[in-house]
Amino acid sequence: MSILSTRGLTKSYGDGESLVRAVDGVDLEVESGETVAIMGPSGCGKSTLLHLVGGLDRASGGEIHLAGRRVDQLTERALARLRRTDVGFVFQAFHLMDELTALENVELPALLAGHSPRAAKARAAELLDRVGLTTKAGALPTTLSGGQRQRVAVARALSNEPVLVLADEPTGNLDSAATLDVLRLFEDLHDAGQTLVIVTHDERIAATADRLITMRDGAFVDETRLTGGSTGNLGALAGLEG
Amino acid sequence: MGRLLLIVRLAARDLLRRPAEAALLLLAIAAATTTLTVGLTIHGVASDPYANTREVTAGPDVVATILPDPEGGADPDPAALESIAAADGVTDHSGPFPVAGAALELGERTMDVQAIGRDAEPADVDRPAVTDGDWVRDGGIVVEAAFAEAAGLHVGDPVTLAGREFEVAGIAVTAALVPYPWTSCLVHCMLGEAPEGMRPADGALHDPGTVWLTVADVEEIASAPLSYVMNLKLADPDDAQAFVLAHGEERPGLPNLLSWNHTLEQVTHLERNTQRLLTTGGTLLGILAVASVAVLVGGRMADQTQRVGLLKAAGATPGLVAAVLLAASVTVALLASAVGLVAGRLTAPLFTERAPGLLGAAGEPALTASAVAIVTAVALGVAVVATLVPAVRAARTSTVAALNDAARPPRRIGWLIALSTRLPPALLIALRLAGRRPRRVVLSVASVTVTVSGVVAAMAANAQLAGQPLVDADTETQRLSDVLLVITVMLIALAAVNAVVVTWATVLDARHASAVTRALGATPAQLSAGLSLAQMLPAFAGALLGVGGGLALYTAIDPDEVPMPSTWSLVVLVPGVVIAVAALTAIPALLAARRPVAPSLQAELA
Repeated sequence: MSILSTRGLTKSYGDGESLVRAVDGVDLEVESGETVAIMGPSGCGKSTLLHLVGGLDRASGGEIHLAGRRVDQLTERALARLRRTDVGFVFQAFHLMDELTALENVELPALLAGHSPRAAKARAAELLDRVGLTTKAGALPTTLSGGQRQRVAVARALSNEPVLVLADEPTGNLDSAATLDVLRLFEDLHDAGQTLVIVTHDERIAATADRLITMRDGAFVDETRLTGGSTGNLGALAGLEG
Repeated sequence: MGRLLLIVRLAARDLLRRPAEAALLLLAIAAATTTLTVGLTIHGVASDPYANTREVTAGPDVVATILPDPEGGADPDPAALESIAAADGVTDHSGPFPVAGAALELGERTMDVQAIGRDAEPADVDRPAVTDGDWVRDGGIVVEAAFAEAAGLHVGDPVTLAGREFEVAGIAVTAALVPYPWTSCLVHCMLGEAPEGMRPADGALHDPGTVWLTVADVEEIASAPLSYVMNLKLADPDDAQAFVLAHGEERPGLPNLLSWNHTLEQVTHLERNTQRLLTTGGTLLGILAVASVAVLVGGRMADQTQRVGLLKAAGATPGLVAAVLLAASVTVALLASAVGLVAGRLTAPLFTERAPGLLGAAGEPALTASAVAIVTAVALGVAVVATLVPAVRAARTSTVAALNDAARPPRRIGWLIALSTRLPPALLIALRLAGRRPRRVVLSVASVTVTVSGVVAAMAANAQLAGQPLVDADTETQRLSDVLLVITVMLIALAAVNAVVVTWATVLDARHASAVTRALGATPAQLSAGLSLAQMLPAFAGALLGVGGGLALYTAIDPDEVPMPSTWSLVVLVPGVVIAVAALTAIPALLAARRPVAPSLQAELA
């Protein structure tokens, strides 16, 4: 069953001769439980695509359907609700609140969604346990390693049990060991049936997906179904073990 | 020299890069320096005409009066005054002159007057200076100048005094008595409204003016026992107060003495009240200016982090960086003090109109060297106090961190974060935004506290003015009301600028946190409400503190009488302030909440 689909999705900036098509007529289908990697050189439009799909930015044209609902024409308020309940984001720069502990960062989306403080805290503790950071629940982001911060960010993305997790260069700021940690986490999510779209320009990360899409100049230029995917020997495939 | 030139050039560039911020800085400091300048320059200007009048009219050093017993005892004996004239230290005197209370009819109006009987020849002491017309003659009265102006009397006007027809023979001024409406009473009289539960004694005059008649005319119009007045010259005028204490009695039938110092104090009390209000207002505006400048400079520093990094990377020492930042603020402060001195000097005459009833114009308000020094020192102090901490912080920032434009890490207040989890999203956002920068919250609270204190003190002063209406004393009430209005408007304007600047500083500072919060599902409405609430909460605290502070301030200014502004006005004031802050912060908060999320999140990677 398709959880996400786009039809002729475009995002352009400027006009006339200075018109730039950051995303140019993209058609995308993502099945429930699938992990899709999108690769391409810097500036090819992959992050913009992720922002459009997640409701962080508005498309210039085309359609976006998420969990059976058309979302490209939603109001800002409805888009906020969409981000709160249906989408979880993982960013390259983590984007954690420096003044909040790991636990407080993870419980924030649940509090914004109106869950009780007790329920939000319990869910955050459960997620931190899932990403292996129970002992770091009271730590501030500045005292955590890069890999630990990204695991907190992943836990935060899962706070409201989203149907789709969007990861934008999730390992771009991490060393090899931390990258492996995060990839194992994504593998766990995949195994649990979580739908993932990962934007990356690291081939080792892309190789762990079910499907790899290559993007250039705002458009999809290639698509490959990977047999190994995230069910294979992750570390060996990614060349990170050791 | 080269280093100094470099600092000046860099500071000038810094100011020119952000002219709007520099203009706001200038405005904030200039508002305080202008008010302070007016307060300092009007000091003592009203004593000049009195001194002039005293000299021209051979003004007495002490005025002695003896009044009839209101309980109907024996008539006053002028001989009691003769014994005062023979006291040690008295070198000359005039009188005793009879004084009668009477009603002056002017068409359909009736006003009370105290009529002093005088000889046609000038006396040695107290020779009222005739400014128009002639001196007294049978059937011709001379009217005290301030009273004539208030009553609209001119030479030649017919008037009815105690039922007898007279003509205004002249208009005159004297230094022996306080001019209308604060007339020195030589008969039983009352100035202003009677306090609740009290009523004036039978036959007492209400807000009387002063007229001079011939002695025969006074005796003719008198319908009750006469009072008597005598004017005394002392060997040393400076001994007048001591003389009064040694010889004065405040009992009917015994001489009551008033020194020229007392008269001067009464004559100049309007200027003193005006000056007191302006100096207090100037101080409040100065405190607000510190808050404004601190927020503006803090915002500039946050905005300039990368520039500081570039300066340091190019070899500037921390000292030079701090000096550049301080030089920019000091330049603005010097400009603001110049603006304040000029504006204050030009405005001061509006608060020192000629006092009717005295000779010559009020002294020209003068900028003394000490006033210039005080105003300049205050302006520089405001700038240095507000700039020093951010300048030193910027200078100490590591070069690499500055080049990366790393934002100053937010503060963590654990209990506030824990408390916020129990609140709706908008309040949660507000508390967490406020908690990130507690010093800014303190500045916001201080800014509102100072403003509300000033407003409440002004309301108390207005309540006092309204509580003592004097017939035809509009000049005084109007001038003090004008001063209060000017100060209140300036306080509110500066506080409004502060509120907007603080909100905008919060918006800029919280760009990243806001973008993340929205990415996690906060709606634009929740975020803008959070940004506004982050300013409204300190405003609420500041308004509550300000109400108490304002009453305390007014008590400090005028310990004798503290009228409470009406309860309803104080009750309305607190939510009014919060609503006003909400309105002021709404636009910056809405603009911030509508910023696209993706660019803010990606900016960190740039």
